[in-house]
Amino acid sequence: MNTNDYLALNFKDIKDYSDLYPQSRRDFLKRLGGGIIVCVVMSGVLAAQAQETRRFRGFGRGLPSDFNAFLRIGEDGRVTGYTGKIEMGQGPITSLPQMLAEELDTPLDTVDIVMGDTDLCPWDMGTFGSMTTRMFGPALQAAAAEAKAVLLELAAESLKIPPAQLVAKDGAIFDKEKPEHRVTYGELTKGKKIERHIEGKPPLKDPAQFTVIGQPELHRDGRAKVTGAAHYAGDIRLPGMFYAKILRPPAHNATLKNVDTTPAQKIPGVQVVQQDNLIAVLHEFPDVAEAALAQIKAEFDVPEAKVDDKTIFDYLLRVAPSANVLASGGDLEAGRKLAVKTIETTYLDPYVAHAPMETHTALAQIEDGKATVWASTQNPFGAQQEIARALGFPTEQVRVITPFVGGGFGGKTYNQQAVEAAQLAKITGKPVQVMWSREEEFFFDTFQPAAIVKISSGVDASGKMAFWDYNVYYAGDRGSQQFYTVPNHRTSGHGRGWQGSEHPFRTGAWRAPGNNTNTFARESQIDQMAAAAGIDPVAFRLNNLSDEKMIRVLKTAAETFGWTPAKAPSQRGYGVACGIDAGTYVAAIAEVAVNTKTGAVQVKRVACAQDMGLVVNPEGAKIQMEGCITMGLGYALTEEIHFQGRKVLDTNFDTYEIPRYAWVPKMDTVILDARDQPPQGGGEPAIVLMGALMANAIHDATGARLCQLPMTPDRVKAAIQKV
Amino acid sequence: MQNDCLSFQQVLKPEVDMTDTISFQLNGKPTRIKVDGNRLLLWVLRTDLGLTGPKYGCGQGHCGCCTVLVNNVAWRSCLMSVSSVKDKDVVTIEGLEQDGRLHPVQKAFMAHDALQCGFCIPGQVLNAVSLLTKNPQPTREQIVQGMNNNFCRCGAHTRIVDAIQSAAAEMRGGPAQ
Repeated sequence: MNTNDYLALNFKDIKDYSDLYPQSRRDFLKRLGGGIIVCVVMSGVLAAQAQETRRFRGFGRGLPSDFNAFLRIGEDGRVTGYTGKIEMGQGPITSLPQMLAEELDTPLDTVDIVMGDTDLCPWDMGTFGSMTTRMFGPALQAAAAEAKAVLLELAAESLKIPPAQLVAKDGAIFDKEKPEHRVTYGELTKGKKIERHIEGKPPLKDPAQFTVIGQPELHRDGRAKVTGAAHYAGDIRLPGMFYAKILRPPAHNATLKNVDTTPAQKIPGVQVVQQDNLIAVLHEFPDVAEAALAQIKAEFDVPEAKVDDKTIFDYLLRVAPSANVLASGGDLEAGRKLAVKTIETTYLDPYVAHAPMETHTALAQIEDGKATVWASTQNPFGAQQEIARALGFPTEQVRVITPFVGGGFGGKTYNQQAVEAAQLAKITGKPVQVMWSREEEFFFDTFQPAAIVKISSGVDASGKMAFWDYNVYYAGDRGSQQFYTVPNHRTSGHGRGWQGSEHPFRTGAWRAPGNNTNTFARESQIDQMAAAAGIDPVAFRLNNLSDEKMIRVLKTAAETFGWTPAKAPSQRGYGVACGIDAGTYVAAIAEVAVNTKTGAVQVKRVACAQDMGLVVNPEGAKIQMEGCITMGLGYALTEEIHFQGRKVLDTNFDTYEIPRYAWVPKMDTVILDARDQPPQGGGEPAIVLMGALMANAIHDATGARLCQLPMTPDRVKAAIQKV
Repeated sequence: MQNDCLSFQQVLKPEVDMTDTISFQLNGKPTRIKVDGNRLLLWVLRTDLGLTGPKYGCGQGHCGCCTVLVNNVAWRSCLMSVSSVKDKDVVTIEGLEQDGRLHPVQKAFMAHDALQCGFCIPGQVLNAVSLLTKNPQPTREQIVQGMNNNFCRCGAHTRIVDAIQSAAAEMRGGPAQ
C-alpha cells in the first residue's frame, strides 16, 4: 500500500486517543479459564501496522497499546486463535488456523479461530489492504511458537526428559529416542493456568519443514455455508427484537421540509421513532415495517444538481488540487526530444459500487448500559468506536460481534447501519435490526471515486520508453509507481484519493483502491506505445522491464496462455497487463471476442500468474485470483454509477450490471513458488489488471482503443466506428 | 450467540390478529400458520418461521439469494406471497439435507470450494438442484444458462459450474467427470 490516504475512516472528532484502545484486557483474560494463554506484541508487525495506521487522518497514535495477537490452548488441548480480522469470503477462517497448526505441530482440526469480536479479540485496524496474512499472520505465528515453547517446558518436567530431546508432533510431545514416552497437549494443559506476555519475533521454522502451510485446504466454513447454518448479521434473532426501516432522503444533502408519520402510526404493532433527523418505523416483521415506512409522507428540499455522470470529469479537473510530485527522475524535456512517437491520453474511471450480495446489516441490543451489536463489518473495532460515540457510551460498554460477512470489498469499513441500529435500540429499549435495502445500499455506498489519469509518454527509435509524464486525479497513488524502466519520468498526484470533498457523495476504498484506476491507465498506455512502435506488446514490456520478478511473472503468464508474438491489433483479441499490488506481482493475458455490430465483449479465457511470496493456502489464493478476474470484468465492462447531482440513479441490479455466469472465461491461474519470501497480499492484486487487460484485448481484436471505463457495448461500438 | 435464537415454536404466534391460515409442507413437515397471506414468502420464512437460509439480496428478483424450491422448482421467495405456496411443498436450504446426509449438490459445492462469502450459496445450491431435477444431464453451457440469473459478487461462478457438473454425474450414479 503506497497511498497516503489508505484509510478514509474519519476519526477527526476523537479528542482523547486513549479512548481508541481497549481498557481492560485483564478482565477478558480472566474470563477464559485455564490452559495456556499467550499474548504477543510484535514490534515488526506493530511497526508495519503503525505505518499504515499513521495514514488514518487524525489518528495520531497508531499502536495498539497492549498486544496484537493472542491464543489459548485449552485444558482439552484445543488451540484457539483470536483475531480482530473478519471472514467475508477471503478465507482467513482457514488460512490463519493453518498458520497456527503449523507452528504448534498440531492437527488443523484441533485449531479454532474466534474472529471480529471486540470483547474477545485483540485490537485490529480492520480487514482490508490484503493485510491479514502478511501483517497479522506473523504475530499469530509468534504466539504459537511461544505456546509451543511452554508446552515443551511442561513436557520436559512431566516426562523428566531434557527439552532438547523432545519432539512435538500431531498435538503431542515425545522423546525422540523413545516415542512411546509421550504426553498430549491436553494432558499438559489440564489443570494449568499459564499466561505469557512476550515480545514476539518472526517465527523461525524453516519453510522446507512446512507440512500445513502451503497445503491446499478447502474452506473450513464450507459445510456451514452450503447448509444454511452460517449466520450473517441479519440472521441473528433475539427475543422481542424489532426490525427498523428508516426514512431516507431522495438525494445526498437533501433536507427534510415536512413529514407526516401519522399514517404509519395507525398500522397495528408499528412504532414510529422521530428523533432529530432519524425517522424510523419499527415492527416485529421487517416487511410490515417497510410497508409502514411507505405510508410516511415526507417532502425534502433537494439541492440543485450541479454535476452528473457525464459532466463529472470536467468538473473534477476544474476543481482539482495542484500536483503533488510523487516520483521523478531524469529530464522530461530531454526525453521528449528522444521520442520518435509520443502519445497523450486521458483515461476516465467512473464511480463504481461495491455491491456485496449482503447489504449493510446490524442487530443491536442494550442491556444494563452495555450495547452488543452484531454487524456486517470489515472493521469491528471501528464500529465499536462509531457506536460508542453515537450513544455516548464508554468504549468498553460497546461490544461488536462480527458473524459471517456476506462480501465487503472495502465497502463495509464504515458502519452507519450499526450506529443506526444501536441508536434505535437505545431509544426504544428493544433489540433492533437494521438491514439496508438494496436501494439504501446503492445510495449510501462509499463508491470507488471517479478519477482521471493523464499520461504523456514517448518511445525512442529502439523501442525503449523515452519519457513518462503521469498525472493521476482523485484515485490516490496506490499502483501509480512506474515499474518499467524509464530514464525520464515524473508521476504526480492531484487530490487525496477518495477523501476529496469534491465528490457529490461519499467515496471510499474499493478492492485494491486506486490501483484499478492507475493500472488501467498505465497498462493501456504501455500498449499504445507498443502498437505505435510496431512491437508485440509482451516483447515491448519485456524490453522495458528490468525488475526480474515482474519479468518472471509476465513470462509465466505468456507461457501459460501460449502467447505467440504479433504486433497489435492482430485481430486475435489478445490482451496483456501487468501490475503490483499489496506486495504481489501479477500479470495476465486474455482472449476476447468482440461483436463489432453490437459492441458486446465476450471474454474467452484468461491466464494469470502471480508472485505473492509464501502462500499459506494455495487453493484459497487461487480462488481469490479467480474472484478478482471475475469481479474485475464488472468494472471493466459494465459497472458505472449514474447520478444527477447528489441523487444516485442506480438503485438495484436492473441498471447496475455485475458479472454473471455467462461472462466468466476459462481461467488458468498460476502461483509462482516463492516460499522463501514473506507472504504478500492475495485478495486484491489480480483485480487491478482487468481494465487494461480488456482494453488491450479489445484493441487487439478491433483496432479500437477505449480510454474510458466501463467499456460498455455502446462505447465499444462507438470506438470501432472511429477506427 | 445462536443460543439466543428463537425456537421454531416461539415465533409462531397464532393469537395475533392475522388474517389467513395457510398450510403447506415446509422442509418435509406439515406446517400451518396464521398470517396475512399477502406477505412475502421470504420474510415469513426468515422471521415468522425462523428459517434464515433464504437471504435478502435485492428484493426485486434479480439476484436469486432468496431462492427456495416450491414443488421442486426454484422460485424467488422475495416476489411470492405466502398464500401462493398454499398446499405446496416448500424446501429451503435448511431442508435439503436428508437424515444427516448432504445433497450431492451441497457436497459438490464443498468439494470444489465453490463458495467465498457464502451469502448467495443457499440460492445457488437450490437453483442448481432445480436445474438438475429438470435436466439431469446438462451440458456446461446449459448449466451456465440455467445459473445465469443467480448472482455471486465474490466470483465463485466457475467452481460452481464445476460442482454442478460433478453433482450431476454423482446423481446419475456415474463417476464425477
